[in-house]
Amino acid sequence: MPSLWLVLIVLALAVAGYVIGRRKALGSAGGDSRALHSLPSYYGSNVAIMTIVPAFFIMGVWLLVQPLYIDNQISKTLPEEAIAESSTRGLVMSDVRRVAEGLDIAVAEGAMTREYASNIRSEFTDVRERLGQVGVALGSEVDHFVLRAAQQYRSLANTGQLLMTLVVLGAATAGFAVSVLRTNAEFRARNVVETAIRYLLVFAATVAILTTIGIVLSLVFNTIEFFRLYPARDFFFGTTWSPSFGGGSELGVVPLLWGTFYISLIALAVAVPIGLFAAVYLSEYANSHVRSVAKPLLEVLAGIPTIVYGLFALLTVGPLLMKVFGDEGIGVMQAGTAVMTAGLVMGIMLIPFVSSLSDDIINAVPQAMRDGSLGLGATQSETVKQVVLPAALPGIVGAILLAASRAIGETMIVVLGAGAAARLSLNPFDAMTTVTAKVVSQLTGDADFASPEALVAFALGMTLFVITLGLNVLALYIVRKYREQYE
Amino acid sequence: MYDTPNLENKVVTNETKISARGCQVYYGDTHAIKDVDVDIEDKTVTAFIGPSGCGKSTFLRCLNRMNDTIDVCRVEGDITLDGEDIYDPKVDPVQLRAKVGMVFQKPNPFPKSIYDNIAYGPRIHGLAKNKADLDDIVEKSLRRGAIWDEVKDRLDAPGTGLSGGQQQRLCIARAVATEPEVLLMDEPCSALDPIATAQVEELIDELRQDYSVVIVTHSMQQAARVSQKTAFFHLGNLVEYGETGQIFTNPQDPRTESYITGRIG
Repeated sequence: MPSLWLVLIVLALAVAGYVIGRRKALGSAGGDSRALHSLPSYYGSNVAIMTIVPAFFIMGVWLLVQPLYIDNQISKTLPEEAIAESSTRGLVMSDVRRVAEGLDIAVAEGAMTREYASNIRSEFTDVRERLGQVGVALGSEVDHFVLRAAQQYRSLANTGQLLMTLVVLGAATAGFAVSVLRTNAEFRARNVVETAIRYLLVFAATVAILTTIGIVLSLVFNTIEFFRLYPARDFFFGTTWSPSFGGGSELGVVPLLWGTFYISLIALAVAVPIGLFAAVYLSEYANSHVRSVAKPLLEVLAGIPTIVYGLFALLTVGPLLMKVFGDEGIGVMQAGTAVMTAGLVMGIMLIPFVSSLSDDIINAVPQAMRDGSLGLGATQSETVKQVVLPAALPGIVGAILLAASRAIGETMIVVLGAGAAARLSLNPFDAMTTVTAKVVSQLTGDADFASPEALVAFALGMTLFVITLGLNVLALYIVRKYREQYE
Repeated sequence: MYDTPNLENKVVTNETKISARGCQVYYGDTHAIKDVDVDIEDKTVTAFIGPSGCGKSTFLRCLNRMNDTIDVCRVEGDITLDGEDIYDPKVDPVQLRAKVGMVFQKPNPFPKSIYDNIAYGPRIHGLAKNKADLDDIVEKSLRRGAIWDEVKDRLDAPGTGLSGGQQQRLCIARAVATEPEVLLMDEPCSALDPIATAQVEELIDELRQDYSVVIVTHSMQQAARVSQKTAFFHLGNLVEYGETGQIFTNPQDPRTESYITGRIG
């Protein structure tokens, strides 16, 4: 039975449980819901939860563990000579899985009978061709070790699936029965539901944290792998970036970091003053009419996909800058793609981040502060400069650092607006590139994932991660420091 | 129910400082203040009493044009300070507020040091020639606010770290630092405990030597204790205005009598 059906059956059981639990609770109180400990719906929910949660928990664990277990079993039975031909046990196992999957598809499409699939021998049948007919392409001929293993794999998987179905249904039914039996007027169903909700929330938080840890770990292991192939000193201090997949690459991160830093700097120089002043205008000066129109308009900027900003950089800002600073003008700009182009456009992209966050923060400054200042005869701008902004400063710094993190992580605008040349230059009209843009170019195309040229992408990602983490820690530190001083 | 009014409060007729004639205030369509005429005397504590929502705070905020900061608020009629119309287009509300200081219901020290809180007004208005001068002003204002002895050793500490009563006296000192002629106080003791209230009341009595003080209060005892003149507001009207002793012992209007004896409000 496919897992989908199993899920649907458990859900149906839960719905039935909800109705039955609710009715039984009401019945036990003689139809008077005031005599119940909890609202009737809590009793229903209690039965539904007891039906679903254990069943799905078992199912989830089973689905995670079963493939590992089967892999392990099959791998043990593979003889050494099967592995000698193809390089590693892992590669053979992936062949086994692929063949098993192919046989499954062939059976499902009716190209083979179930018995035939379990009994075919590669000595007599061209399995590769037969599977090719149902759309499963195999890289090489299937030898008899692999085919045998695949057939074993299928039978183990089938048994596992059957066992799982039985266990899950059993758990669902048991939960259902126990909770229905426990349902009576005194039973504290509300507390059970409350606990269930708390664990649901804990679960969600755990998933978020574990995912982050998983991402970091995958970065760390690949980065370690990279540093085994390429010296860390050359990576961190090398001033040349010239990867070539033929070997002899120079993978110095300094030019990329410089490009990232330079473009972000220009972006922030554009976004911070404009965004902050816009926020001050909107929250302190504008009347409610202007505010209700202008704020959503500004936030539309945040909804534009970055690729559109990239096009804007490539087709509008770049040529415009060329006219002024290019050969026809001052003559310092060689091409439309440059640090300045990408920085300006990225700055425009960041304006709503800075302004929207700062606006919220400025609005959170108590009106009493403004009254106090105005009551002393300060003008509006004096009030903003000396009272409102200092009070809002921690939040504003946080907003700026958030914008900085965005700028450092931005990719599309750089790819289209800044060019692809990794170079160290002070001229803002030179083409440069950033860490993120190079991560993309190292991993797109047919990259061999064991080469330093591809693995460097993980080291670059790790570097970025550490930098943005540092920025966030700095932001927290600043916010905390000022908060202590002010409250 | 309330303290015996201090009938010995010497009532000397001082010259009029602020005078309102036919003052109307609207919040959008709401008519909040209706045709108020009042003369507030110099070197006198004038108390505004009345039930919540009667317009006493609104009227107080008219006197230094703080209502200008509220979009929907509209003020009509004449209000003069020393004979000058404060709603005249020629008058700069910013300068007016330097002359008519204000203390608010909730203590609102700025998130700055105690020193900077006091120096805020003098700096904005350029009252100090140099640092020593500013130090003098800060010390003098803190002494006037009756808080100097408590804070003189920690002028660099944040003003928000003081206790509620200290914060309110700091705010009074801050208002005094700009050398105003009139001090408006909007329920200055409502967020304070009885001891802090007593300190602030004592301070108000001292401030009367140099300033005209207008205080809005919900506490009739407080009005009786600190003020020489009392105005009773009800539903946006100024019902009765007179000497404090007379208002509390011999009110002319039945509404005033009902309020001070606790039957309305």
